[in-house]
Amino acid sequence: MNEIITLLDPTAELAPARIELRPRLKTLKGANIGLLDISKARGDVLLKRLESQLMEKGAIVKFYKKPTFARTAPVELNQQIATECDAVIEALAD
Amino acid sequence: MNLPQKGLILVLKKECPTCTLIEPVYRQIRDSKMLLTVISQDNPEFPEGMDVVDDTGLEKSFHLDIEVVPTLISVSGGREQSRTSGWVKEEWIELTGIADLGQSLPDLRPGCGSITVEPGMPEKLRIKYGGVELSSRRLKITALEDEIEACYDRGWSDGLPLVPPTPERVLRMLDGTQRSPSEIIGVIPPVLAECTVEKAAINAVMAGCKPEYLPVVLAAVEAACLDEFCMHGLLATTWFSGPVVIVNGPISRAIGMNSGGNALGQGNRANATIGRALQLIIRNVGGGKPGGVDRATLGNPGKYTFCFSEKEDNPKWQTLAQEKGFEKDSSTVSLFAGDGVQGFVDQLSRTPDSLARSLSKSLLAVANHKFVMAADALVVLSPEHFKIFDRAGWDKARIKAELYSLLDRPGQEVVRGADDILEGIPEDFASVDRLPKFRPDGLILVHAGGDAGMFSAIIGGWIASGPKGSQLVTKEIVL
Repeated sequence: MNEIITLLDPTAELAPARIELRPRLKTLKGANIGLLDISKARGDVLLKRLESQLMEKGAIVKFYKKPTFARTAPVELNQQIATECDAVIEALAD
Repeated sequence: MNLPQKGLILVLKKECPTCTLIEPVYRQIRDSKMLLTVISQDNPEFPEGMDVVDDTGLEKSFHLDIEVVPTLISVSGGREQSRTSGWVKEEWIELTGIADLGQSLPDLRPGCGSITVEPGMPEKLRIKYGGVELSSRRLKITALEDEIEACYDRGWSDGLPLVPPTPERVLRMLDGTQRSPSEIIGVIPPVLAECTVEKAAINAVMAGCKPEYLPVVLAAVEAACLDEFCMHGLLATTWFSGPVVIVNGPISRAIGMNSGGNALGQGNRANATIGRALQLIIRNVGGGKPGGVDRATLGNPGKYTFCFSEKEDNPKWQTLAQEKGFEKDSSTVSLFAGDGVQGFVDQLSRTPDSLARSLSKSLLAVANHKFVMAADALVVLSPEHFKIFDRAGWDKARIKAELYSLLDRPGQEVVRGADDILEGIPEDFASVDRLPKFRPDGLILVHAGGDAGMFSAIIGGWIASGPKGSQLVTKEIVL
């Protein structure tokens, strides 16, 4: 009963990707914070509320929008956010 | 294997009655001073008193491509010149040049099957000696571990048992295509992992596919990876949809797919396993799992498998493949982002107008009766319903055109709040007279089903349709 059965791995054999978090912002004062609307209904309601709270803490708020929630964000949009913001908040709503 | 420069090679096994019957012949050849190499597949003690090469590992027999024992091969200049299998006295005499070879023996005795061709053995030997390179990670489990449970434990299953993907089974599966195991057929979401023909074959084994289904599975994966299909979003959505696989062309009949009675149901191996293989590839190669990136609120049972072929026996019906510009003799796979089946019954309509009106009313229910230009719909028209259109001379284009004209909605009926229902489209559309229920290419008609029953199927699509979501895609099947 010591027969060994070999099975071939059906997965992509990817070691779990370890993505390091960016360091936390020390302060919101003067920080560029992006708010990304993914085009889901009423996402803007949530983001507007966040905007006012962030501004009270002295942050500079910038709005971005995905063309459709059904697809991942276009590379250009990701690059724009990455170059213009210190942090981004993505809103999902319905 | 390296062949001798000149001489004869004899491959035999003791277990074969013909091999033992003609034993005197071996000595006769040896005594003729010809250079004879005897290779035994099962017992090098036989033939007694002779130098016998032990080939119980079957490496030599494999490389000599032996199918029957005894096989006698004549070699000259290091190359095989000719061979004979079994005992055909005339041929043995010709090969050896010994005129009185086996004089007392009968003229003809068939041989036995070589051990190399016993069931399951060819794949084992190809893995061992054939230079086959399967690059996937090999997982060893002991026989004490139930191999089906081992597949569950590793998270590979959709919930149903899997066929354990042993190298032998995968190799047999790969015989179903001429494409190289290392060829990359697509980048599978959500983890965007490259899927090779080999990875697809492993998952096809687990799904229960036969090797001849593999080309369909590969084309389905390629179709799923097309940008227009938007597999990533389709997987991630909270909506019900999953890929519905529709196969057209000669391959669907060659592999025995069901386009007739119960075409959308259970019981046909090709229908069941091809759709399942695609789902398993998304799960295992792409990493798309329920509770992970698959966020469906309810899902639908078609996400185990949803695959059928179109009925192509009526020349008046334009098939889906033809509609998409393919020839009738080409084989294709189409993918539609669809939900479950909504039954449509009309047993009393005898005119195309009545039937079209009836069907259009049922089609309004797709996603929500107030939604326009949202979800697509796939209508599977049954033979009895098609007959009514066909008798009146309505072809597919006419049926579609009539349905579209019946499916226009006045804005005031479908806006938010209309009919005391808060759901609806934005109020701005209230003044628009006619809003089409479906996108211009969002209503898709195919033909399938049993001969009896005035029922057709409506398969609603993902509410994110068209360029902002998913569109029907078609891919030609490459053998």
